[in-house]
Amino acid sequence: MRIGVVKESQPDETRVAATPATVRQLRGLGYDVVVQPGAGERSGFSDEAYDEAGATIGDPAQAEVVFGVNALDAQQLQAVRPGATVVGILAPRLHPELGQEWSADELGKPITALALDAAPRISRAQSLDVLSSMANIAGYRAVVEAAHAFGRFFTGQVTAAGKVPPAKVLVAGAGVAGLAAIGTAVSLGAIVRATDPRPEVADQVSSLGGEYLSIEDSDDADDAPNTGYAKEMGEDYKAREAQLYAGQAADSDIIITTALIPGRPAPRLLTADMVASMKPGSVIVDMAASNGGNVEGSVPGEVVTTPNGVTIIGYTDLAGRLPAQASQLYGTNLVNLMKLLTPSKDGQLVLDEDDVVQRSITVVENGENRWPPPPVEVSAAPAPAKTETTAEAEPAKPPMTPARRLVTVLGAAAVVFVLLAISPEALTVHLTVFALAIVIGYYVIRNVHHALHTPLMSVTNAISGIIVVGALLQVGHSGAAVTALATAAILLASINVFGGFAVTRRMLAMFSRS
Amino acid sequence: MLTVASAASAAYIVAALLFILALDGLSRHETAKVGNNFGIAGMTVALAATIALAVDRDISSLGLVLLICAMLIGAAVGLWRARVVEMTGMPELIALLHSFVGLAAVLVGWNGYLQVEHDPGGAEARSLDAMSTLGIHHAEVFIGVFVGAVTFTGSVIAYLKLSARINSKPLVLPGKNLLNLGALAVFVALTVWFVIDPQLWLLIVVTIVALLLGLHLVASIGGGDMPVVVSMLNSYSGWAAAASGFLLENDLLIVTGALVGSSGAYLSYIMCKAMNRSFLSVIAGGFGIEAGPAGEEDLGEHREITADGVADLLSQAKSVVIAPGYGMAVAQAQYGVAELTKALRDKGVDVRFAIHPVAGRLPGHMNVLLAEAKVPYDIVLEMDEINDDLADTDVVLVIGANDTVNPAAAEDPGSPIAGMPVLRVWEAGNVVVLKRSMASGYAGVQNPLFFRDNVAMLFGDAKEQVASVISDLR
Repeated sequence: MRIGVVKESQPDETRVAATPATVRQLRGLGYDVVVQPGAGERSGFSDEAYDEAGATIGDPAQAEVVFGVNALDAQQLQAVRPGATVVGILAPRLHPELGQEWSADELGKPITALALDAAPRISRAQSLDVLSSMANIAGYRAVVEAAHAFGRFFTGQVTAAGKVPPAKVLVAGAGVAGLAAIGTAVSLGAIVRATDPRPEVADQVSSLGGEYLSIEDSDDADDAPNTGYAKEMGEDYKAREAQLYAGQAADSDIIITTALIPGRPAPRLLTADMVASMKPGSVIVDMAASNGGNVEGSVPGEVVTTPNGVTIIGYTDLAGRLPAQASQLYGTNLVNLMKLLTPSKDGQLVLDEDDVVQRSITVVENGENRWPPPPVEVSAAPAPAKTETTAEAEPAKPPMTPARRLVTVLGAAAVVFVLLAISPEALTVHLTVFALAIVIGYYVIRNVHHALHTPLMSVTNAISGIIVVGALLQVGHSGAAVTALATAAILLASINVFGGFAVTRRMLAMFSRS
Repeated sequence: MLTVASAASAAYIVAALLFILALDGLSRHETAKVGNNFGIAGMTVALAATIALAVDRDISSLGLVLLICAMLIGAAVGLWRARVVEMTGMPELIALLHSFVGLAAVLVGWNGYLQVEHDPGGAEARSLDAMSTLGIHHAEVFIGVFVGAVTFTGSVIAYLKLSARINSKPLVLPGKNLLNLGALAVFVALTVWFVIDPQLWLLIVVTIVALLLGLHLVASIGGGDMPVVVSMLNSYSGWAAAASGFLLENDLLIVTGALVGSSGAYLSYIMCKAMNRSFLSVIAGGFGIEAGPAGEEDLGEHREITADGVADLLSQAKSVVIAPGYGMAVAQAQYGVAELTKALRDKGVDVRFAIHPVAGRLPGHMNVLLAEAKVPYDIVLEMDEINDDLADTDVVLVIGANDTVNPAAAEDPGSPIAGMPVLRVWEAGNVVVLKRSMASGYAGVQNPLFFRDNVAMLFGDAKEQVASVISDLR
């Protein structure tokens, strides 16, 4: 089969669905690749580079599989051949009518449409999760844009010309984009704080060097299906969230908002009042601008400056502002998709209805509207803790109090005393030796290095062969039976003595330092 | 006056001190070899003194010949086994050696009976009677035989389980704990009876009871608890030697037995602590009895990776930690792992090993295997030494370990292994688990680690997979 890579029709789209590197990988899966002339121009990939990678430059519409970044426009759609498979970021959650529009009834020909951005959030689908790969880039770029607009350093410095305080960055939403933003801002030297309704991200935030600000939630966790994305929160929660943001806004130099809820308008996190409370020169990057914006006053695709001098950046193409990087990651997502769809690596695309990943991304199949797919439960997330099992678990043993310890020791001493007192004198001497030897043994063994426990066992094995001493004194004195048994005992114990020491020697010789 | 007897007593004390020095030497790698030599010296002194003593006591010439022959044969067998044993086979060898001590103790005990109780008119019986310690002698014979017999069959079963000659699944008899306790009660009752009236049949009965108890005790413990069992048997073999020492009124045997006994007991304690289980619960049976495996929860999907992908990950990593388990020993993968370690270290990657105390089937088993493959011991770290560093590690390779890296132990209070200290490998940037299949570990608990986002599975034989990672790395 052939894969066609179109030149994006939207004038502001800088990305391309395949790079020379991914073309090679696609060819490795058995496909021929046709690239539209000039497709990679804006990402910095020349037609020659594609040619060198083994692609032909030509009309992508003739291919059986058509790759795009965005949904094909009407004209491009007209050109694709019947039965073709169209792959791209189709946003079917935002435009559920797409399935109907692209069906055979409306289009006049059967095509199959796969929306890569509809891949479920399960581990197996991570490698083709375009939202994550784009969000990662966008988060990075958001910080770069903020730094560009911000008139100061991010990092604190003490210079001969005075002390510079570090910038304070607040990242709202610690999803993929938020985490990328946190990591980037931290590496620039800023003090980074982050908020997120999901308390389990706290560790991820701190692992990147940020500080997690929690919003205590009194609402019981609702039973909405866990899709791996943030969900809309309760009213009470919103009130406390607003309080937190109001406090943080005045203190932050840079705010990056990333809050998105799939299929719904973005939640409003910062009101005009909060923006107004920020210091002049502060910068806000609203990464949700295209979905309605997290910040009151942000304009999609524009940079606006409020009367009090706060810059609000509403770029919607943050990922596209790193076109080569974005194309590479998106192209790799597509390669991973094709790996999934080409099980026998023979260049034949096979769509498996029963695979939850493939079903989830299928918007139109052979002219038939298949949207929406059945919901996918993301079970990898930790299940709610079962309280009843916790209750059943044994209560932890409280550590011994000094008094209890004393009583225990005295009790044991009393028992030992009684036993010794009633035992005949001849035995007492041996018991003394025995007791002292145990104590010495305990203290000596306690110091043995953990790595030497096996040699320790073989040494103790060897020396417990000392029992041979008993047998040596029994042999050849009284009857034949005694001698026979003693001889057998000598034989066995000798194996221990010699074997034990020899194997210890062998083991110890192996331990070497680097 | 220097007599042979007084010289022997002196030699015994010297030997006992040398044994203590031997164990002390094992506290550090640098002094371990010297320690072993102290042990050999102590044993030589003790043997020389005893043989001199035996000759001095007019040993029959046949006896002397038998003695020398038995020692020579024993030495030959012991040295031969020590030379050819595979390091992966160390647990079996050690269990087998324990059984020899146990059997020797039984034989010595029986001889004690034959020399004294069976021969009430004999010189020894008369001298004991004169000191009114004859009753004590009865008890000592009985206890010595009992401990020795339990050690003997217990070790034989442990040996058979470890060498996979019998199934290592725990044997579950109805009322197994009652059986054990019953055997102990019978032992106590018979001891009292024997002290009052030393009959031969009582000794025979107690020998059989003890043999059965040892058999049942170890048969009902599963494969993963073997580190505890082996160190427990180590301890028993010491107590058996000490019991013989009481019987023969020989302080050297008592001291040595006590040293070995407390050593084994301490190792068992460490092992139990590393599994967060009490000694009694290990003896009382495997995990499956304590708490059934948690229900088949759907933990999601695991992610597979290729050897090629692992090589990629490793070559980009700055720090790598390898967490080996029993699976590495089974697959004999230690040489491959050592080669991989060397390849990575040559590339400037910081490679270290994380050893869980109960990894393998013997305390310190992994250390010996890695040492065999020439992995420098200073990069082989214990759980407590490395656990806090795992969060800063780029890649963790888990090779044939399962329960010792199970996050459920730390996070799920309802898990059967809850509270067991584990290697927190999941905190690392990436984790690759080399495993034969998705089967659960010894504890029968599914491992949520495999389903984490930063974890990838590399299925197959550990040895072959490590080899292909190395070839991809180059």
